[in-house]
Amino acid sequence: MKDAFGTPQSLLVLGGTSDIALATARRLIARRTRTVWLAGRPSPDLDEAAAHLRGLGADVRTVAFDALAPASHETVLGKVFAEGDVDMVLLAFGVLGDQANDERDPVAAVRVAQTNYTGAVSAGLVCARALQVQGHGSLVVLSSVAGERARRANFIYGSSKAGLDAFAQGLGDALHRTGVHVMVVRPGFVRSRMTAGLPEAPLATTPEAVASAIELGLRRRSETVWVPGTLRLVMSALRHVPRPLFRRLPL
Amino acid sequence: MRGAERTQANATICPFVGDIVAGMPAETVPSTTLTPSPAASPASPASLASVPVTGWGRTAPTVARLIRPCTYEEAAAAVRACGARGGIARGLGRAYGDAAQNAGGAVLDMTGLDRIHAIDVDGGTVRCDAGVSLHRLMEVLLPLGWFVPVTPGTRYVTVGGAIGADIHGKNHHVSGSFSRHVLSLELLTADGGIRTVSRGTPLFDATTGGMGLTGVILSATVRLLPVETSLMSVDTERARDLDDLMARLTMTDDRYRYSVAWIDLLARGASTGRSVLTRGDHAPLDALPTRARRHPLEFRTRRLPAVPAHVPEGLLGRTTVGVFNALWYRKTPRSRTGELQRISSFFHPLDGVPHWNRVYGRSGFVQYQFVVGYDREEALRRIVQRISRHRCPSFLAVLKRFGEGDPGWLSFPMPGWTLALDIPAGLPGLAAFLDELDEEVAAADGRVYLAKDARLRPELLAGMYPRLAEFRELRRTLDPGGVFVSDLARRLGL
Ligand SMILES: Cc1cc2nc3c(=O)[nH]c(=O)nc-3n(C[C@H](O)[C@H](O)[C@H](O)COP(=O)(O)OP(=O)(O)OC[C@H]3O[C@@H](n4cnc5c(N)ncnc54)[C@H](O)[C@@H]3O)c2cc1C
Ligand SMILES: NC(=O)c1ccc[n+]([C@@H]2O[C@H](COP(=O)([O-])OP(=O)(O)OC[C@H]3O[C@@H](n4cnc5c(N)ncnc54)[C@H](OP(=O)(O)O)[C@@H]3O)[C@@H](O)[C@H]2O)c1
Repeated sequence: MKDAFGTPQSLLVLGGTSDIALATARRLIARRTRTVWLAGRPSPDLDEAAAHLRGLGADVRTVAFDALAPASHETVLGKVFAEGDVDMVLLAFGVLGDQANDERDPVAAVRVAQTNYTGAVSAGLVCARALQVQGHGSLVVLSSVAGERARRANFIYGSSKAGLDAFAQGLGDALHRTGVHVMVVRPGFVRSRMTAGLPEAPLATTPEAVASAIELGLRRRSETVWVPGTLRLVMSALRHVPRPLFRRLPL
Repeated sequence: MRGAERTQANATICPFVGDIVAGMPAETVPSTTLTPSPAASPASPASLASVPVTGWGRTAPTVARLIRPCTYEEAAAAVRACGARGGIARGLGRAYGDAAQNAGGAVLDMTGLDRIHAIDVDGGTVRCDAGVSLHRLMEVLLPLGWFVPVTPGTRYVTVGGAIGADIHGKNHHVSGSFSRHVLSLELLTADGGIRTVSRGTPLFDATTGGMGLTGVILSATVRLLPVETSLMSVDTERARDLDDLMARLTMTDDRYRYSVAWIDLLARGASTGRSVLTRGDHAPLDALPTRARRHPLEFRTRRLPAVPAHVPEGLLGRTTVGVFNALWYRKTPRSRTGELQRISSFFHPLDGVPHWNRVYGRSGFVQYQFVVGYDREEALRRIVQRISRHRCPSFLAVLKRFGEGDPGWLSFPMPGWTLALDIPAGLPGLAAFLDELDEEVAAADGRVYLAKDARLRPELLAGMYPRLAEFRELRRTLDPGGVFVSDLARRLGL
């Protein structure tokens, strides 16, 4: 169960090797989290992540999960929930894709959309149902500022995050008063494996900063969290920039 | 009518000698026999849809099916139909944390079981349903010259909640906790059966303080305290600092039936722990002015308008609370004796403002209450210093001396000092700060109070409650299917 400060005792990470998710898990383990499920594509990285969290004192198990195989989600995730309550689900999987390449390779582009959007629709619905049966729990969805307004430079990724973000908001409304809390997290540029080697955007932040914003959001039962917080203002301004101008902005 | 009622009382749990109160409102008269017949078709209890449920601190809401049984049969049917996520009894929801909530399962609102079955006005006992509030008991009993044996800082708790948390009052150093005055109780257990549980049995000791996890208390017989008037005779004094306070309490507490000190935890430096002591007893008849002697047992309360449902966050910050605390301390005379006060102002000042818990806004608040033994004053001093250094905006922190504990396995009180304080849950760094206090408490062989808890680290529990293993074992045997469960039980692994 979550405590008075919204800190979970059990955590299920979808995308078990995600830098942001692991920073969050570390932070929560330092507080109250004792049971962690890392769901992800089996790999040495996944095992290593589990071993690392075990070293921090948590009881960690891994489970094979592929966002691109929605037909399996019900079974795979159902097994996790059957083992006991999950206080928090962190939906962290996602791929950035390679915009320049993907514009020429529609199959690759669709993979981005399928991972970030349809994979999340399926996993999100499965988890939401299980949480609803429990009568409590938080579903924390890693969206992105990129979904706020699609940009020339990464609109394939951006549109998938826009879909995810809208889905998560609607889901949150659907789950209102069911005891399940859906929190949409919109980070800007985060220095993680996903962005390694890319030129940094302004207001770049760290996985640890996202983790701490998530912890605060849990305590406040927030519905939307921006990281860093100033992005909320920046994006509300950017949203209103006229298209001809927006097109030419160096974003 | 009188005879009929007495027969009914005799026919059920324990024989009542003495008289049975006349002119009791119809609702207090039992309408059915109390032994449920298994063959009876389960009446469908008034049941509401799934609703969010929280404790008094309004943190960590979870959703449950709220069921309000109005008869024992309905309660038994509800327990049998709990389903996979079990059920838990709930009284008036005055436990601060998650004790009376059960995510995804059933919560049995016991306030529908509100009958006072019998009052023995000579012997001073009352037998009533578990959903009867102490407020109601006072209304009914005071005019007869009887008072509840133990009252907490609010009258709006039920008898079931009083037993479930084995509550204590300002008279703990003299009278022990609520369970000491419970002669027997009826418990609805996981199998749907009803057992009469008497003192001195393991089930009694597991149930008193057992936070509803052994079953649903349906009714109880409670011994009362005789009083001559409904007023309190109160002595008030101020203590400069914590040492002064502890000295005063240690030296003279045994002269008073009721004793409590309010501490200004925002005062720092030499004033750390400055406090106001209020101690007293029920006023004897001859202490009343002549005019008041005509209606010495009248029970009067006053209620102000409720706090609105939506209050902005941060109303109770360090500045506002600091100013309030300082004013409270200053307005108190250095010393005053024999002041007559109403029961409500002496025991339940907060009850005057309905829904006062809303002033903490959306994030709610936590109450932290612990006890450390008499040889552990150092720990108490350190904790008070830490709280004051941390500048917790806490008003109405209270310090009290406990007397001997009672046998309840998870009963909180033990001989020593207990401190209770309210803190807004949104205070930055509070979670980690309270963990540090837990460490101090645990290291001093003390414990925190489960009825107030919403955040304790589960690992510390067994050290604080040495009989936890027996409690778990009894539950495993009595309730193998885990019918009774609460968010508190899940969080702490009770
Ligand atoms: C302003 C204020 C002051 C307080 N002061 C004190 C104090 O001085 N001393 C003190 O000890 N406590 C104090 N409390 C705490 C309060 O007395 C306890 O939490 C008490 O248990 C609340 O009773 P309730 O009827 O509201 O029960 P709830 O809060 O609804 O439930 C509390 C527990 O009792 C169980 N329970 C309730 N009914 C039944 C039943 N019929 N059968 C089995 N289990 C049941 C529940 O499952 C739960 O575990 C105070 C609370 C407030 C809000
Ligand atoms: N980094 C940023 O700047 C930034 C900004 C805003 C939002 N976000 C979002 O935050 C989330 C976490 O990102 P991150 O920075 O932590 O990046 P990351 O370390 O690269 O994590 C991405 C995770 O997604 C997993 N994944 C990818 N495809 C998958 C699939 N088909 N099935 C299951 N798992 C899959 C990866 O697992 P494998 O190990 O199997 O590849 C990895 O665990 C992502 O949703 C991302 O879009 C990131």
